[in-house]
Amino acid sequence: MLAKRIIPCLDVTAGRVVKGTNFVGLRDAGDPIEIARRYNEQGADEVTFLDITASSDQRDIILHIVEACAEQVFIPLTVGGGVRKVEDVRRLLNAGADKVSMNTAAVQNPDLVFDASSKVGSQCIVVAIDAKQTAPGQWHVFTHGGRNDTGMSAVEWAKKVEMLGAGEILLTSMDRDGTKNGFDLALTRAVSDAVKIPVIASGGVGNLQHLADGVSEGRADAVLAASIFHFGEYTVRQAKEYMAARGIEVRL
Amino acid sequence: MAGRTIAVIDYGMGNLRSAAKAVEHVAAGATVVVTADPAVVAAAERVVFPGQGAMPDCMRELDARGLREAVLQAAREKPFLGICVGEQMLFERSEEGDVAGLGVFPGVVRRFPEARMVGADGLRLKVPHMGWNEVRQRPHALWAGIADGARFYFVHSYCVQDIDPALTAGTTDYGLPFTCAVARDNIFAVQFHPEKSARDGLQLLKNFVEWRP
Repeated sequence: MLAKRIIPCLDVTAGRVVKGTNFVGLRDAGDPIEIARRYNEQGADEVTFLDITASSDQRDIILHIVEACAEQVFIPLTVGGGVRKVEDVRRLLNAGADKVSMNTAAVQNPDLVFDASSKVGSQCIVVAIDAKQTAPGQWHVFTHGGRNDTGMSAVEWAKKVEMLGAGEILLTSMDRDGTKNGFDLALTRAVSDAVKIPVIASGGVGNLQHLADGVSEGRADAVLAASIFHFGEYTVRQAKEYMAARGIEVRL
Repeated sequence: MAGRTIAVIDYGMGNLRSAAKAVEHVAAGATVVVTADPAVVAAAERVVFPGQGAMPDCMRELDARGLREAVLQAAREKPFLGICVGEQMLFERSEEGDVAGLGVFPGVVRRFPEARMVGADGLRLKVPHMGWNEVRQRPHALWAGIADGARFYFVHSYCVQDIDPALTAGTTDYGLPFTCAVARDNIFAVQFHPEKSARDGLQLLKNFVEWRP
């Protein structure tokens, strides 16, 4: 049986992994390659690098990190942040990324999803959706770190990017991100039930029960978390054992 | 080209770097070259044929670079490892874009049938089939040191179905059982990505590097 995936996410800037809440109070969490290798040893199913570098002159740093990671860590690597053109996608894939995630650029230019997936294959293209609840049972897509309401329904946008060729959706609840209160399970389930492509739940994980809930109640195909792993609260292995004990299929 | 050379065939599709680096990681004393040169492929001791993206594009690029003959020749005479679309291309035909493959093996590559995409829990199975799934082995040298049922990383929407059982070296279930590893003589080809399958994937690549078919 296909295993549900656990994906540690590493926010990378200036060559270092950082973690903060709502982009403030960033704490240095270490060297990305070292951390990726550690997660691999713990049994992570993939790792995701999110390049949160603001200035474009530092963009090439992420390419070097991806190259180094691909030489040493033999599990799938997704890279996102600052992807605006098909050329950006190609450069990241050529450096060693397996999947590339796009967010704001996809909202501004949905053709990018189509062009990129036509060129490199759907399996490489992840569309990241930042969603925020606007009414009970309703979520809108936000951009720019949750500041801009696009007015689009997150569920409808997920269906649209699936049609355009996205191979996977990385769904983040802006309401929950950084809170440690758990995933927005209703949002996760609404999106996962609406599409035929895999959905990764993200935003709000504070304990292992949250990860299990994301799969069993949110119906996510994979769960992504950052801080609970970075600062040693839990290992990926512990997370998997916890989920397995609750009847969830994982790779141990 | 002194010593042992392992050629990773480059026809311009997707990320060959990971495959090359993973082979390099386990191939002590060998030279791993990523190449689009038929002469280098012909001179290599063994060949890795990766693939990513849509099969029609892969076939087109393979021909555009004049590599078809080199691939077919390698598949006839030296240890040959196909990966993902590099496995699918060995068959006669793919439903994806209704394109002809290399025809090394009889059989057709089909999309996961929508009607079968229901899990044991009654929920829909997502396509692409993405993630770590269990591989049931048939006896073969390339499984040495790998537990039967070990998980490998898959990412694909098409797979070979209903092929000659004599060619099957491994199977996986996803809505339906499908062949995820095929083997004949000097050829071994897998639907999953050994270069992304952590320890067991590296073990398979190591077995390939040392394989004397």
